[in-house]
Amino acid sequence: MSAPLLSVKNLQKYFPTSKNVGFRKEKLQVKAVDGISFDLMKGETLGLVGESGCGKTTAGRTILKLIEPTAGQIIFDGKDITTLRPGLMTPLRVHMQIIFQDPFSALNPRQTVGKIISAPFEIQKVNPDGGVKKEVAALMDRVGLNPEHYNRYPHEFSGGQRQRIGIARAIALKPKLIVADEPVSALDVSIQAQVINLIDDLQKEDGISIIFIAHDLSVVQHISDRVAVMYLGKIMEIAKTEDLFSAPHHPYTTALLSAVPQPDPRGERSRERIILKGDLPSPINPPEGCVFNTRCWKVQEICRIKTPELLTVGKSSVACHFPE
Amino acid sequence: MALAKKLGVATKAGEITSRSPRQIAWMRFKRNKVGMVAAWVSIIILMLSLFAPLVCKVLGINPDELNLDLIDSSGIPTLPNGGISLEHPLGLTPGIGRDLLANLLYGSRISFTVAILTTSMTLFIGLIVGIVGGYFRGRIDDYLGRFTDFLLAFPAFFMIVALSDPMVARIQDIGLAQGNSARIVFLIFFLSFFGWPGFSRLVRSQVLSLRERDFVTAAQAMGASRRRIIFKELMPNLWAPVIVVVSLSLPGYLAAEAVFSFLGIGIQAPATTWGILLDNSRRFVTVYPNFFLIVAGSLVLVVLAFNLVGDALRDALDPRSER
Repeated sequence: MSAPLLSVKNLQKYFPTSKNVGFRKEKLQVKAVDGISFDLMKGETLGLVGESGCGKTTAGRTILKLIEPTAGQIIFDGKDITTLRPGLMTPLRVHMQIIFQDPFSALNPRQTVGKIISAPFEIQKVNPDGGVKKEVAALMDRVGLNPEHYNRYPHEFSGGQRQRIGIARAIALKPKLIVADEPVSALDVSIQAQVINLIDDLQKEDGISIIFIAHDLSVVQHISDRVAVMYLGKIMEIAKTEDLFSAPHHPYTTALLSAVPQPDPRGERSRERIILKGDLPSPINPPEGCVFNTRCWKVQEICRIKTPELLTVGKSSVACHFPE
Repeated sequence: MALAKKLGVATKAGEITSRSPRQIAWMRFKRNKVGMVAAWVSIIILMLSLFAPLVCKVLGINPDELNLDLIDSSGIPTLPNGGISLEHPLGLTPGIGRDLLANLLYGSRISFTVAILTTSMTLFIGLIVGIVGGYFRGRIDDYLGRFTDFLLAFPAFFMIVALSDPMVARIQDIGLAQGNSARIVFLIFFLSFFGWPGFSRLVRSQVLSLRERDFVTAAQAMGASRRRIIFKELMPNLWAPVIVVVSLSLPGYLAAEAVFSFLGIGIQAPATTWGILLDNSRRFVTVYPNFFLIVAGSLVLVVLAFNLVGDALRDALDPRSER
């Protein structure tokens, strides 16, 4: 078995914050990402799912070192990049890219599309054969944009087209890793399918590894090879897509899957919904033991005391004392 | 073939309709009639001021010539309406009988110099402080922020009044400038010193919101240097507030110069500025209101025109703003 492209070990990101208590300031920490570990193979797509505020986005950005990790280890292509200074990160950035959720804020409104897509070449001082302009036109063509729109500005494009511009920028330097941070959740459903298929095609052609962050499970099921379910900064379950969707082991995964509507009305009528009680606990003060214990229907005494490790159950890795 | 031609035409047309954000703002500005009139008035006044010697030569007027034959013994022009005639389109200044239009034109040059230089200095300092504070945040931002607070709370007006004489003497001692030039240097220096905090606040708030936008993160993810992020990603997005501030603070400093000259701590006679003309007109306002009305009216016209241009620019650059 070959070495993974990316190896994340016990990654943590705590954001410092403070609360006023009388005249004193109490220092607190938001535990956005609290010890996640996984490997990502070459050409693999890992779906990262979970509800809002569970640390998906922070995890993605910390892996790219856009946010400095608090603790843990990130090994990219055999190199430990955890504590690499920004200057030393620069040459590595050729190989890692990001696609954003909001296509309206991802593009500088004062730059033409051509300029936006040629920025990676300019910054990394890469000179493709035939010049940057030709390469950019080819990229635009590849993502389904008209190369004649080279001199247009972002405001002249629709959300889906803007997302294509963002994708063209991300794949420009043929990266090995792309973090796609909810790339379709801001788009219409019809456009979502197009963009997902575009990402899928590009990945197959270039052999890119993708961390696909999303909260839409059907999208994740379609595109991912493996799926990691996050809850409150921790990974609850990680498994091959088929295994996770056919046989979820963690109660939280089961609850998430039960919330997916089914296109077949008969299936939809017989669908059993598990409705979780209560709210997501605050990441400033997560519950002792298993973080899911406040909302789990299978909760036992041990769940409130001991944090479950990520262990192999069947074909999956599950962090639960009582996996199904 | 016909289809290809059709397509070709279509793409051509598409190219024409493509507009940059600047072009869109310009289109919106052109639609604002008040703004366009104000812009023309401002440009004409600026041009008249810039080419004052030429204008005076064409009109055959001279700012320094004393028309003693046209004023009586108490200094009032003998002709009706303050001596308005073909030779002297706006009449004469009382007391010494100089041509008023020529004096207004030449006086505006000093006023505009002060206003333009002060605005540029304000912009320069405000941009640097605002960008540094907003982009780097943390402790630097704290120190800069407290310093701007201090300056904003400072009674700048009294400071300028009190420090005028000693500071001008100091400037002359150093040999930086002499006489009225020293006073101009003093005015520009102090007006900008107390003028930049407001602008730096505006820039800082813009930078704070811009730096969290995804396109800045994208630049970081591509490995862009801070320099590139500041100059290529942030700065182009700051032009809108900068342009608006320029057009709104220019008339402000124009008026400020007039106020300080009026109070006698700015430029002094025999040089002319609008403030000095106003000061002179004050003494004759009961016997000779023309003089006062013309000078004050000119000042109002200029300040109003520039302000209206500023308003129109703001509306054109930020269509979502209320008002």
